[in-house]
Amino acid sequence: MKFFDHLLGGFFMFTESVKMSVSNIMHNRLRSFLTILGVLIGVTAVIALITTVTGVSTSLSDSFTSMGADTMTISVTGNDMQAGLTAENMQEITQFDEVDGVIPSVSASVVVARGNTYDSGISVAGRNDYFFVANEDAVSRGRGITPIDLDEKSRVCIISQDMVDEFFYGIDPIGETLYLDDLSFTVVGIISEDLDESISDMMSGSTDIIAPYTTVMKMNGALYVTSITLYLSDIGQADTDAVETKMGDYFDALFSYEDDTYSITSMESIQEIMDSMLSMMSALLSGIASISLIVGGIGIMNMMLTSVTERTTEIGMKKAIGAKPGQIQIQFLIEAFMLSMIGGLAGIVLGIALSAILCQVMGTDFTISYSAIALGVGFSAAVGILFGWSPARKASKLNPIDALRRM
Amino acid sequence: MTTSTTDTFFRMTDIVKKYPMGEEEAIVLKGISLEIENGEYLSILGPSGSGKSTLMNIIGCLDKPSSGEYVLRGRLIEELNELELSEIRGQEIGFIFQNSQLLPKLDCMKNVELPLLYAGVRPGKRAKLAKEMLERVGLGERLHHYPNMISGGQQQRVAIARALVTNPSLLLADEPTGALDQATGHQIMDLFNELHDDGRTIIMITHDLKVAKNARRTVHIIDGRLSEGEVEED
Repeated sequence: MKFFDHLLGGFFMFTESVKMSVSNIMHNRLRSFLTILGVLIGVTAVIALITTVTGVSTSLSDSFTSMGADTMTISVTGNDMQAGLTAENMQEITQFDEVDGVIPSVSASVVVARGNTYDSGISVAGRNDYFFVANEDAVSRGRGITPIDLDEKSRVCIISQDMVDEFFYGIDPIGETLYLDDLSFTVVGIISEDLDESISDMMSGSTDIIAPYTTVMKMNGALYVTSITLYLSDIGQADTDAVETKMGDYFDALFSYEDDTYSITSMESIQEIMDSMLSMMSALLSGIASISLIVGGIGIMNMMLTSVTERTTEIGMKKAIGAKPGQIQIQFLIEAFMLSMIGGLAGIVLGIALSAILCQVMGTDFTISYSAIALGVGFSAAVGILFGWSPARKASKLNPIDALRRM
Repeated sequence: MTTSTTDTFFRMTDIVKKYPMGEEEAIVLKGISLEIENGEYLSILGPSGSGKSTLMNIIGCLDKPSSGEYVLRGRLIEELNELELSEIRGQEIGFIFQNSQLLPKLDCMKNVELPLLYAGVRPGKRAKLAKEMLERVGLGERLHHYPNMISGGQQQRVAIARALVTNPSLLLADEPTGALDQATGHQIMDLFNELHDDGRTIIMITHDLKVAKNARRTVHIIDGRLSEGEVEED
């Protein structure tokens, strides 16, 4: 029964302490606000960073998945005998059960001209017919590249809507002529605006002109293809490691087992690297942001210490009328805790709002990260208790006489 | 209230209190012996700097003597720790300070309830006891006024109610009329007399002989030493 009374007494003490803390916080409105601001900024920064980075990484891995974890990029430097791949090599690679198709990646930078209009530094992507098989919706109008184009190194091209707007304003471009480095090309199709770009295109910007890769190689004077993208078949997708091994064996044989003649990058491995980079970035940024939380904590400590000094007489009186050291300590601790939690909760709301705006601006997916919220709550609680502890302890240890002397 | 076997409320024997003061020590109390019986009304009279505040702190268990023995209701104070001392203060002693020391953010009721809060009394009972006590000191009409809304004399009455609400065995008052005008001071002294008639043990510390004369017994403290009995006005 006595224990129960003790427990009950403790509970009343707690609720009263909360009330008194609220009253004290409200009493020093400006000071409390400035103190809270420190924690608020810290938590806002942490939440905004975590949520934004999470959003970016979700968007990135989503676009990876849409591009297909079913592809593999191989860059080939070859050896002195053969500095890359031939059309026959690519044909052989296509024969593997694991491989659905191969797209060569050849590019040239050209000056595009028609009549009096010209534009330099336009990138021409050399592709094959399989590109238009793998990307069914690549062409919005007209046709793609055919095997005949490849064999005959036809001067045909498929151009983007931007190119249409620039060179064929008000004219139907299909069948018209466009000059690429003074060579006349016939426009046969228009690139669809929602063409899913491959990872390499994404890095180098959007594709403006697609032409048969054989034609582009001829323009470049190149004999070999140095970069290809494999599209894996169902068998290949089931075991990408096995594909890597088989390809490795093939290239080793092709280049007489010399070192550094090729490198294979699967989408999976790129994704893994990207993920680890993002999480490292996120940890780093959170680390920087948590410095501001420490600064916020110091602010709380400073306010509490000032408060203890100001309320010395009050503490002395309370001790004289029977307040136990623990009761004084809990009162101050609750006050520090509440200051920190108010800042923390406001920071969570603000941080989420901020990251929602950031994600909107960057066009990435916005998802509320519950772990970030938990982190925010946990951080601010820890800051309140950690930095409130020492001032509260100081208050509880205050000698009542020293305290009352100030009367 | 527990009743002690003897009539002695507390006994001090050879109490010495020293404070370090730079290199040297200031001896504030130089061997004080004092015995109080239950229900006594004592005033301790002395000029400022005589050590009377230090003596009050020791009586009130706010401070421990450097040497000597202090037994309060059968308990040896030197042996108690901080927590036990705060319990004694909460249960046995009702403090009244010169400047009443009310919390400005709490109303009269809440101020009076404060010691009960620290003692762990539940809210309903707290309010009932506080209300009774405020009525007892004549402030039944001012329960929910804040300290800045009432006069100095009324504030001191609230402080007395706060001191009495835990039903302590000793009422310990430090210059209770020091901040009040004469007429209000008289009213407070009348209240003390009533409390004494009710059988409460009261110790009042003052520098004012007229105030001290309200008590049934007066001891005089000068330069850290105590002398019993009537002292002529300076």
